Amino acid sequence: MRAAALALGLLASAALAPCAFAQGHEAVRAPKESWSFNGPFGTFDRASMQRGFQVYKEVCSNCHSMKEMYYRNLTAIGLSEEQVKAIAASATVPGGTDDSGQPVERPALPSDHFRSPFANDKAARAANGGALPPDQSLIIKARENGSDYVHALLNGYRDPPPGVKVSEGQYYNEYFPGNQLAMAPPLQDGAVTYADGTQATVDQMSRDVVQFLTWTSNPELETRKRMGVKIVIFLAMMTGLTYAVKKKVWKDVH
Amino acid sequence: MAGLHKSEFENPVVNWIDTRMPIFTMMQKEYGSFPTPKNFNYFWNFGALAMISLAIMIATGIFLAMNYTAHTTLAFDSVERIMRDVNYGWLLRYVHANGASMFFIVVYIHIFRALYYGSYKAPRELLFMLGVVILLLMMATAFMGYVLPWGQMSYWGATVITNLFSAIPIVGESIVTWLWGGFSVDNPTLNRFYSLHYLMPFMITGVVFLHIVALHITGSNNPLGIDVKTPQDTLPFHPYYTAKDSIGICVYLLVFAGLVFFAPNFLNHPDNYIPANPLVTPAHIVPEWYFLPYYAILRSVPNKLGGVILMFSSIAVLFFLPWLDTSPVRSSRFRPIYKQLILVMVASFLVLGYVGGKPPEGIYVVLGRVATAYWFLHFLVLLPILGKLEKPLPLPESIARPVVRRPPPGGGGGPLPQGATAKPMEKS
Amino acid sequence: MADTASATVRSAITTVGVDDPTKRDLLKLVTGSAVVIGVGAIAWPFIDSMSPAKDVLALSSIEVDLAPIQEGQAITAVWRGKPIFLRNRSAQEIKEAEGTPLNQLIDPQSDADRVKPGKEKWLVVIGICTHLGCVPLGNKTSDPRGDFGGWFCPCHGSQYDTSGRVRHGPAPSNLGLPPYAFIGDTKIKIG
Repeated sequence: MRAAALALGLLASAALAPCAFAQGHEAVRAPKESWSFNGPFGTFDRASMQRGFQVYKEVCSNCHSMKEMYYRNLTAIGLSEEQVKAIAASATVPGGTDDSGQPVERPALPSDHFRSPFANDKAARAANGGALPPDQSLIIKARENGSDYVHALLNGYRDPPPGVKVSEGQYYNEYFPGNQLAMAPPLQDGAVTYADGTQATVDQMSRDVVQFLTWTSNPELETRKRMGVKIVIFLAMMTGLTYAVKKKVWKDVH
Repeated sequence: MAGLHKSEFENPVVNWIDTRMPIFTMMQKEYGSFPTPKNFNYFWNFGALAMISLAIMIATGIFLAMNYTAHTTLAFDSVERIMRDVNYGWLLRYVHANGASMFFIVVYIHIFRALYYGSYKAPRELLFMLGVVILLLMMATAFMGYVLPWGQMSYWGATVITNLFSAIPIVGESIVTWLWGGFSVDNPTLNRFYSLHYLMPFMITGVVFLHIVALHITGSNNPLGIDVKTPQDTLPFHPYYTAKDSIGICVYLLVFAGLVFFAPNFLNHPDNYIPANPLVTPAHIVPEWYFLPYYAILRSVPNKLGGVILMFSSIAVLFFLPWLDTSPVRSSRFRPIYKQLILVMVASFLVLGYVGGKPPEGIYVVLGRVATAYWFLHFLVLLPILGKLEKPLPLPESIARPVVRRPPPGGGGGPLPQGATAKPMEKS
Repeated sequence: MADTASATVRSAITTVGVDDPTKRDLLKLVTGSAVVIGVGAIAWPFIDSMSPAKDVLALSSIEVDLAPIQEGQAITAVWRGKPIFLRNRSAQEIKEAEGTPLNQLIDPQSDADRVKPGKEKWLVVIGICTHLGCVPLGNKTSDPRGDFGGWFCPCHGSQYDTSGRVRHGPAPSNLGLPPYAFIGDTKIKIG
């Protein structure tokens, strides 16, 4: 019995270990939000994702790249093939070379990656006061409790507390490790105009963009969870069956 | 010696093959009728679970390799392509990534089982040592595998761990340059790690085979730690233990599925979703959870070489365990003091794991040092002395008749047959 | 010992439920089948991971603008790694193609079956010789087009007519037709 408890202990230590990573600096821990995609039956909110894409397109994408995404992926947030084609065509991408060997540009196709705002990291730094805006394809997975964190960060700009001196070109944010970041508050109320009439408050826009970004980090989330529920049910049934078989096989022993 | 095997199988095809190459007879002997102690508890599932883990890792790994590109400029994106574009690629990768954790959980429990029930003692010393070899190979494989996605933790993990070798006096730097194939972790390093990451699982498979050969020579230990004496002590492996192992496999797969489908990045570090950047080190670099205890031992010594030596010794000491433990009794059920000490040993391992994930400052340094000290004290000092001082409880007569003739005083604990003496190594 | 062995073999067979039906054990049968189903289901993701991935499929159809192709000219587009010949046929060429009696053909097929109705001007074929996979010449006006005004394969001398049909061996069949549709007056989608 004690041995079994020990085994549990070992497992628990495995579970505890990653909690140990959650070390910030003085940053405040992002409050836990309730998202539609949380939990074993979680799904994305299509309308919110589409609004989030609008925020990304009109605000974030001016500085942040999203290199892992293709325009064709956007059908998954509920856009039609035609809409996706139009969105792609509004961006210009390098189109190889013409007959005289000169580089040419062409409108993007759904099979193209999202266009990056800067040609390369150096250009991005030069345009952003030396700070590199991180690629957003995986931003949610690349941060501890990413969805909560990004939401908190977008709402976390404050006046610096007395005695804290914010450097030139930096902004004070409660949730950012070190509290000073180079990104100016990207969202203001009404920064975008939603077609569906939703009030574009900073909180609303940040929630929408987090829906979108959580999807770009985990495009398989819905499929994964749906499959997981079925597999867990199947395995639970198998556990019951094998237990019954074992009982039967062992009934004459002891 | 040469000559056809006389096969017992009735199916003509099976019989024809078996007569010429008796693999069916061998399987039947080793996994069908193989006499297995009848008193296994569920801790004895973990060997089979480790085997399943290895099979899952090799299968998913082979299919991942079909889409992975081992080049510094392409590795990260090729992994993301697997996650996004390859059919079921996300499933294969999450199974492979979490499979490594599952493999270590299973193997750590398997090792605990061996320590708790004295499975390392004569005549199973070689069996145990082969197990330690498997653990070392697993660690090397897991380390190199973690480098392949070429995220920040991949890169800096590779840098820090390979730099351990620079602690070796005089030739250290040359060895590190040789390991890297350059002057920093770079494309040549990634390529050789990929090659070795693909090779080593098959080396593990080879050693697992030897592990099983050794097991089937000595036979399994059991929770009482006493030898099998009569056929009444055993059951054929099939169907008794195939049925019992199946339950374990189902529960194992349930836990595994829980991780893969509902918390696939729970055991991963977020920084590994940031592409490797040789110019920026993440604020807290930590290895995968299964390496944290050794990492804590490494950091508990202020001296570079000392830390490296101590870290490798913490596993190397296991090779000598069969001789460090001088007690004639195998199972802790009959070793009242050892039973307490092994709890402390497990606790020190857990504390080390906890400390390994914390920044090396303040109380964590102290805790790490205390736990490290106990680890070595346990194996190098306490175990040799304990064998001489501890008075084992009386052992049961046999596995088939573990029941005492008089009720045990106070209840609980192991059965205490009156008048039985501690003669566990007695041959039947 | 041998008896125990064969007894265990028999019990092993019973476990998966293929023994004598009268001795069939329902519980073991159900469990055995569930295991088979489970293992089968696990195999699928592995198999399917080797099928074309989404990024490959995304490039499996292309759109081509035919407007820049002059009459009598042909261009080569690349579709799924294969050359596609797109030819703007002259009235004379169309007439030749339509007028050829089917009994003169190695691989009889009417011209109408090889173009889209109302779009007889445009011939779209896979530019791979059906003999051994070379790419025939004939797209440029300076290329040899063979005796039938279509394409000429430099490898073994196969000749194709203005409908892309083989007229002279060793090629056994006509140039292949990719799946395509007009999505505009001079715009097609291949694939």
